[in-house]
Amino acid sequence: MDTRTAEELHVPQQTSWLDFVKAHFRDYGMLLSLLVIMLFFQVVTDGTLLRPLNLTNLVLQNSYIVIMALGMLLVIVAGHIDLSVGSIVGFVGGLAAMMMVKWGVDPVTTTVACLAVGGLIGAAQGYWVAYFKVPSFIVTLAGMLVFKGLTLALLGGMSVGPFPVVFQRLSSGFLPDVFGGQGFNYTALFLGTASVVALIYFSVRSRANQVKHKVETAPLGLFVFKNALLAVLVIAFCYLMATYRGLPNVLVIMAVLIALYAFVTNRTTIGRRIYALGGNEKAAKLSGIKTERLTFLTFVNMGVLAGLAGLIFAARLNTATPKAGLGFELDVIAAVFIGGASATGGVGKVTGAVIGAFVMGVMNNGMSILGIGIDYQQVIKGLVLLAAVSLDVYNRKK
Amino acid sequence: MNAILEMRGITKTFPGVKALDNVNITVKTGEIHALVGENGAGKSTLMKVLSGVYPHGSYSGQIVYEGQERRFKGIADSEELGIIIIHQELALVPLLSIAENIFLGNEQAKFGVIDWSAVFARTKELLRMVGLNEAPDTLVTNIGVGKQQLVEIAKALSKRVKLLILDEPTASLNEKDSDALLNLLLQFKAQGISSILISHKLNEISKVADSITVLRDGSTVETLDCRAETISEDRIIRGMVGRTMADRYPKREAKIGETIFQVENWSAYHPLHANVQVVKNVDLHIRRGEIVGIAGLMGAGRTEFAMSLFGRSYGQNVSGRVRLHGREIDVGTVEKAVGNGIAYATEDRKTYGLVLEEDIRKNITLANLEGVAKNFVIDDIRELAVANDYRARMRIRSSNVFQEAVNLSGGNQQKVVLSKWLFSDPEILILDEPTRGIDVGAKYEIYTIINGLADAGKGVLMISSEMPELLGMCDRIYVMNEGAIVAELDAAEASQEKIMHAIVKSGRR
Ligand SMILES: Nc1ncnc2c1ncn2[C@@H]1O[C@H](COP(=O)(O)OP(=O)(O)OP(=O)(O)O)[C@@H](O)[C@H]1O
Ligand SMILES: [Mg+2]
Repeated sequence: MDTRTAEELHVPQQTSWLDFVKAHFRDYGMLLSLLVIMLFFQVVTDGTLLRPLNLTNLVLQNSYIVIMALGMLLVIVAGHIDLSVGSIVGFVGGLAAMMMVKWGVDPVTTTVACLAVGGLIGAAQGYWVAYFKVPSFIVTLAGMLVFKGLTLALLGGMSVGPFPVVFQRLSSGFLPDVFGGQGFNYTALFLGTASVVALIYFSVRSRANQVKHKVETAPLGLFVFKNALLAVLVIAFCYLMATYRGLPNVLVIMAVLIALYAFVTNRTTIGRRIYALGGNEKAAKLSGIKTERLTFLTFVNMGVLAGLAGLIFAARLNTATPKAGLGFELDVIAAVFIGGASATGGVGKVTGAVIGAFVMGVMNNGMSILGIGIDYQQVIKGLVLLAAVSLDVYNRKK
Repeated sequence: MNAILEMRGITKTFPGVKALDNVNITVKTGEIHALVGENGAGKSTLMKVLSGVYPHGSYSGQIVYEGQERRFKGIADSEELGIIIIHQELALVPLLSIAENIFLGNEQAKFGVIDWSAVFARTKELLRMVGLNEAPDTLVTNIGVGKQQLVEIAKALSKRVKLLILDEPTASLNEKDSDALLNLLLQFKAQGISSILISHKLNEISKVADSITVLRDGSTVETLDCRAETISEDRIIRGMVGRTMADRYPKREAKIGETIFQVENWSAYHPLHANVQVVKNVDLHIRRGEIVGIAGLMGAGRTEFAMSLFGRSYGQNVSGRVRLHGREIDVGTVEKAVGNGIAYATEDRKTYGLVLEEDIRKNITLANLEGVAKNFVIDDIRELAVANDYRARMRIRSSNVFQEAVNLSGGNQQKVVLSKWLFSDPEILILDEPTRGIDVGAKYEIYTIINGLADAGKGVLMISSEMPELLGMCDRIYVMNEGAIVAELDAAEASQEKIMHAIVKSGRR
C-alpha cells in the first residue's frame, strides 16, 4: 500500500519566492493593487495624495465605509447581502441629531442608544432572513426603503445640527500628545512603532510555530521582506500623521475594530462557523451549527456597525441631513467584493475587505483632487469593481 | 477486434500533485473495460482527460479514438463523437423534471419550441430501458440518489453513444438495481457499444468485464484479459494494492454489554406530504460494544429514519423517544443530538457532509470545534495536529491537510466525513453507507476503525446496501422495509437469503 509516511508527505516545501507569490497571488494581489493605485494618484496629483492633511482626510472620509465593510464581510461570507446599511446610517445619524439637538440628551447616552437602535434594526431584518428564510436581498431592500423614509419623517425633511463639541470629537478629534511635542505628535509615532512591534512579534511567533509543526511557510526572505515593508509603511504613515495633528480618534476606533474582526474571523469558533455556514449551509447544520442564530447574529452585528458609522458620519458633517448615507451600501458592498469575497458565500477576508474599502477610498479621493466630476467617478469605480472581481474569478480558476 | 480507444502516455498534474503519470489504456471495440485502483489512484482524472473536462493542452500524452488522434477542447467535442461520461458525482438539476434533465442541452424542439409530447414519449421509452419506474415529470429532487443514477444513464442513452464511461455507477445502488444496470451494460455490449466501468465493487467487475486496467498511484500497473482466463477478485486486489489481502473483514471478539441506546416508537412524516408516514414506529436498541446493521432496499426509509433521529433533520411530525444509558435524551436539534453523544455520518457527502471550498483540516474539526478551541479561540496547532492525525490514520490521499475538499477523490472525501464524526467522539455513531465509493484496502481500514470504536464500548449503527458488508461486520441486523423494521437477525443466523426473505415477506402483506 502507500509506503510513504505521513511525515514525508507534508515536509515543508522549499519553495522559491516567485512560486510562493504565484501560489498565494490572491493574498498579495490585493495589497499590490492598492499600492499601485496609490502610487498612480500620488504621481498624477503631484504628491497631494500623501500630504499629511490629505492623508488625514482620506482616513476620515473612509472610516465609516471601512467599519461597515467589516460587518458586510460577515454578512456576505454567511451567504447574504445587506442593502439597507446606507439608510441605517442616515436614520441613526438623524436620530442622534434629534436626541442631542432637539431633545437635549447627553452625547454618551445618545451614542449608546444609537448603537442599540442599529442593533435592533439589524435584528429586525435578520429575523426575517434567518428564521423565515426570506431572501436577504428582499428583506434589506425593504429595510432600505423603510429607513430612508423614516429618516425623512424623523428630520421633517430638514437638516439638524450642530452637535455638542464632545460628540464632534468622534470624527474631528485627534489623540492628544502626551509627550507634549511642538508641531510634532510623538504619541502618533509611539503608537505606530508599538503596533509594528506587536505585529512583528505575533507574526514571528506564528511562523516559529508553523516551522515547528512543519506547515508550509513562506520563504524566509519573503517573510522578512513582507514584515519589513509593513513596518516601514505603518511607521511612515504615522510619521506623516505626526507632522500634522496626530492620529484621528476614528483611526484608532477603526484599527481596533479591524484587529478585532480579523481575530474573530481567523481564530474563533464563531468565525469558523460563519464560513462553514456560507460554504455549505446544509453540511454546517448537520454538523451541529445553529445556522439560523448565526445568520441572525451577523445581521445584528451589521446593524450595530452601521449605527456606529451613522454616528461617525453625522459627527463629521456636524449635522444630520435626510440625504446622509445615500448610496453608501454600494461602496461598502463593492469594497467587500473587490477584497475577494465570493458572492455565493463562504469566502472572504477581513484584510481583503479593508483593502477593498481603501481602494475605493483612494480612488474617490484621488479623482476628486484631479477634479474629475462625480459622473465619471462613478463610471470609473464601476469599471474597477468589475475588473477586480473578474481578475479574482480568473485567478481562482487557474 | 480493433481498438476504439487508445490513450498513450497520459500525464496530468495539479498544483502539488501528479495525478496521472504516463498512463496507457486500450479499449477494444464492443468490450466492457474495467478501470480499477485505490481511492485517489487517478481513475476519475483519467476519464476527465478522455472526455475533455480537462481540455487538450492541460495534460500531456495522446488520445486516439476511432483511429484518429483527438484533441478535445471540452465535453461537447467528445460527446459529438459518441463518448458519453457519467460522473461519479451526479450532475442533474434538482428542480427540473426527469424528462427535462434527460434532454437538457439536447431539447427535442422545433424552431426553439419544445415538443413536450415527444419529450415525454421518448423519456418513457428511455426510462423503461434503464428499468426506472417513475413519471417523466417527477422532479429529480424528489427521487433518491439511486434513481438519479438511472436518470443519468437514461440521459446518456438519449445521445448517440459509442463509448459509455461510468464512474462508479453502482455505488449508490442496491444489489438488484446494480444487477439490472450490469445487464444493461451487457445489452449495450451486444449492440456494439463499448464501455469503461469504474467500480470498487470487484464482484461486479469479475462478472461483466472483458478486460481490466489497474491503476496505482497514477500509473498503469497492468492490464488483465478476462477472456483468456477467469480473473478472481483476489487477483484484482493484488494488482490494486500490490499485495494479497487474506480477509475482507478484520476479525473481532465482540464484547457486548448492557443496552446503552434505545429508540422507541419512532415515527416521521414526509416533509411535503404530511399524511405520508415515512418512518413507521421504529423500535431498536444498541448494546455496549455492539455493531448493529440496518439492511434494506434502496428507498426503505433507513436514511430518513437516521436523519429524523439526528436532530429532526428530515421530515415533519417526528415523534418517539430516545434513551441513552437508560436516560431519555433530547435529540430535537442537531446540536443537542451531538451534545448528547450521537453522530451521523451522511451518505450524501457533497450535499450534507462537506464544506467543499474549505480544506481537509477545517472539515474534520467542524463538528467539534470545542475540541480544538479554548474559550472560543481556535488553537491552530492543536487543530493541525488533529487533522494530520486523521489524515494519516484514515490514509486520506492528499498533498496535505490544506487541500480543499473539492479537489479530493470521491473516496477520500468520504474519509474526511468519517474523520469529522470520529473526532466528535460520539457514544453512538450512525454510519450511513460508510464505505460507498471506498476501495478494498481502505474499507478494511475503516472497518478496523469501526471495530475499534465498538471495542471502546461505544455503539455503532450501520446502514448499508451492501449485504456482505453488514453480514461481515455486524453483531445484529435489523431489516427495514417501507419505513418499518420487519425483522431482527443475530449475526449467527443472518444470511442474504434471510434478509431478502424478510423484505419480500413484509412487502406481500
Ligand atoms: N482539481 C484538483 N486539484 C488538485 N488535486 C486533484 C484535483 N482533482 C484530483 N486531484 C488529485 O488527483 C488524484 C486522483 O484523483 P481521482 O479523482 O482521479 O481519483 P480516483 O481514482 O477517481 O479515486 P476514487 O476511487 O476515490 O474516486 C487525487 O490524489 C486527488 O486528490
Ligand atoms: Mg473517482
